[in-house]
Amino acid sequence: MTESNPAALARMAEAPADRPRRFAWNPGLVIGLVMLAVVAVIAVVAPLMLGTQATGVGSDPGQGTSAAHPLGTDTLGRDMLARTLVATQSTVLMALFATALSSIVGIAFGIGVWLAPRRIRELGLRLIEFAVSYPTMLVAIIVAAILGQGVVQVVVAVAVANIAGFARLTANLAAKISSSEYVTTARLMGVPVHRLALRHVLPNMAEPILILIAGAFSGALVEISGLSFIGLGAQSPAFDWGTLLNDGLSRIAVNPIVIVGPAVALTFTSLAALMVGDGLAAAANPRSNSTRARLVRAEGEPAVVLDEADDTVLVADGITVLHGTTGRPLVSDVSFTIRRGEVLGIVGESGSGKSLTASVVARLLGEGLEASARRLELGGTDLLGRVSGRTLASKIGLVYQDPGTALNPALILGTQLSDVLTMRLGFSRRGALGLLARAFEAVKLSDPEGRLRQHPHQLSGGMKQRAMIASAMSTKPDLLIADEPTTALDVTVQREVLSLLKRMNEQSGTAVLFISHDLGVVRALCDRVLVMKDGRIVERIDDVATLSEDTVQHPYTKQLLAATPTVAVKAPASAPAKAPGEARA
Amino acid sequence: MSEPMSEPTVEPMVDVRGLDVAFGSAQVLRGVDLRLERGRTVGVVGESGSGKSTLAKVLVGTVRAASGTATVDGVDIVAADRRAMRAYRRRTQMIPQDPYSSLSPRRTIAQTLAEAIDPARGRVATHEQLIAEWLVRVGLSPEMMHRHPHEFSGGQRQRIAIARGLIIDPHLVIADEITSALDVSVQAQILELLASIKESMGVTMMFISHNLAVVQRVSDDVVVLYQGEVVESGPVEQVYSDPQHWYTRRLLDADPGAPGFSLAG
Repeated sequence: MTESNPAALARMAEAPADRPRRFAWNPGLVIGLVMLAVVAVIAVVAPLMLGTQATGVGSDPGQGTSAAHPLGTDTLGRDMLARTLVATQSTVLMALFATALSSIVGIAFGIGVWLAPRRIRELGLRLIEFAVSYPTMLVAIIVAAILGQGVVQVVVAVAVANIAGFARLTANLAAKISSSEYVTTARLMGVPVHRLALRHVLPNMAEPILILIAGAFSGALVEISGLSFIGLGAQSPAFDWGTLLNDGLSRIAVNPIVIVGPAVALTFTSLAALMVGDGLAAAANPRSNSTRARLVRAEGEPAVVLDEADDTVLVADGITVLHGTTGRPLVSDVSFTIRRGEVLGIVGESGSGKSLTASVVARLLGEGLEASARRLELGGTDLLGRVSGRTLASKIGLVYQDPGTALNPALILGTQLSDVLTMRLGFSRRGALGLLARAFEAVKLSDPEGRLRQHPHQLSGGMKQRAMIASAMSTKPDLLIADEPTTALDVTVQREVLSLLKRMNEQSGTAVLFISHDLGVVRALCDRVLVMKDGRIVERIDDVATLSEDTVQHPYTKQLLAATPTVAVKAPASAPAKAPGEARA
Repeated sequence: MSEPMSEPTVEPMVDVRGLDVAFGSAQVLRGVDLRLERGRTVGVVGESGSGKSTLAKVLVGTVRAASGTATVDGVDIVAADRRAMRAYRRRTQMIPQDPYSSLSPRRTIAQTLAEAIDPARGRVATHEQLIAEWLVRVGLSPEMMHRHPHEFSGGQRQRIAIARGLIIDPHLVIADEITSALDVSVQAQILELLASIKESMGVTMMFISHNLAVVQRVSDDVVVLYQGEVVESGPVEQVYSDPQHWYTRRLLDADPGAPGFSLAG
């Protein structure tokens, strides 16, 4: 009840609070803020202007709607509209104090838990879990019953009830921030704990906490009114919306109009706070207003002559990718072909557009991007037209950079890797598992059937990448797209995986599009290489074998070659030491 | 394979002997020996699980060794008490791997560097001159000091992280895979910067990397770790040109640019 939007909060906790985005105003947020402003003005002005009307004794007790009293009068003849407006101040102030108190204590506790030694932290986290398992309102009623009647008591009761919610969220956020490198580095430098909390932890969780505060304020408003309604809160002659509701309840049968004022006021203010909370969450979520990716056919003549032959597998002509909202070109007019059995490398640094180019070929463009091409044909299929999932799944295999994140840790390999085969290509579960087992055998994974029953964490990084390659190759695709498949691996494992890719390519004749930042790796594996920079192909290298700074043309390629570190060795003086039985590491 | 790298003439900055570290039943480091002379750089190479990060953590004092000695500038950190460790930690600086997560996004570069100079107060105004001096030294402009990390590229951020590590003139700097998250051309610039700082300031550094070629560009000596043990150590040129251990040879052959590299088999 305290968080306005738990999913959005969770996303914010994951998203690096790194690059501050331009604040995205949205209608809900604006309306909510305007409504809150109205409430604030009333809270300040009403007691000054309507104070006597609301508290003095009137002449017409127990009236219904009239011109003088649109919302009727209470048993002492006081105008209900005036009383409702005047009660705004006390109700909102009580809710504000309760929210402030619970947020300060809750946030301090949530952060403190993560900066404390391990034992105290465990104890604190269990305590938070225990506390959040009790409903907020129940805790508020119990605490208020213990403390007794009165405004201060109710504020404290509601504050106490909401502490756990704040503590839980801050502890979750602090868990991530306190293990970040900038906090561990500051710790090592000897920054005192309270400074760590104020300088590093708190500022980096500001946005989600603000959202939570808006939601908590709305909750506190309702809870305080609830406690006043059952007689625990403001005592006569003091009054708030809850006591007004209580007064009206006894006369609801004869004069229902008298409860309209406090009921509307409560709903209005609570809704305003919730809208601000949701609006802040939406503004903080970068995904909420991006457009879907588009891939369209472009007109025009090819800029380069495409080298097409009978065994050409992929023709890509004029791939262009634009940023959806700014229209900034990310990939500009990239054209190439791949023949059967060929390994084409695309090499470039971050921002060169190499991965985007591959994602266009696989029709896996990210949100908010607009792509076009003059031609995009794979094995005779026009990828710019309507392509079934079945065709894509059978024609393209994909291997990603990090096998650790590409695999779902909760599922066994057999289940997740057979999905494409059963859902897209009409295999039976048993048939799919049999095919995968044979594919695992082909990539030299020991005990293929047993591996299919294992979870990803039971395999090393290199084995996971072998399994990914086996799965990608199991559909006998025309094209295998491998995007930095060895970047996350150790060098000796990298060599094994590259050897495997080479062997699979030679045996099956599947064409490979190999994306890498490492010219050394590309040189070892690829037949031809495209060098990309800032979304353009700056050089096409057809003869990889003789690649050196003298044979390449473009200054950027030369620079890249010079920057790629290679081990420089003098001729070995002695025979190489032999591994004991070439033991596997 | 634990002969000293050279005859001890003066007391070395780092002298690690027979270091054992275990996490539960897993032995992470076994009898590690390492000597690092003042003003020199030792490269520590190895793959995941080799124990190279654990060795770094022992030297910055976040992991306690089970046995052995690790003397840094005369302080044995295996035997040191809590108080001695607190004083020690400031003199050993770690430059972390990821330039994107190692700088607090809400703090300016000047605030980050001021904190390194004076962790408790960390006031920018009192240290502005030193901060400006260091920004210039790592190839940035002093006018940039009031900007936030997101206004810098990955390479620039790593320059800032290097300045933070060196600004208090520590007796030992540990660089843990500091170029592995960077593009190759940026990596080349950072390696060049490290080499020039080493030359001009006589920094004593431990350079941890899985990339043997990168290690060669900045290190004088190299230590090869394999499953928690030092399998080979010595001057880089000697070890690379004439590796004695099969694992060292295998690492060297796995470098895609190495003469022994092939994708057969």
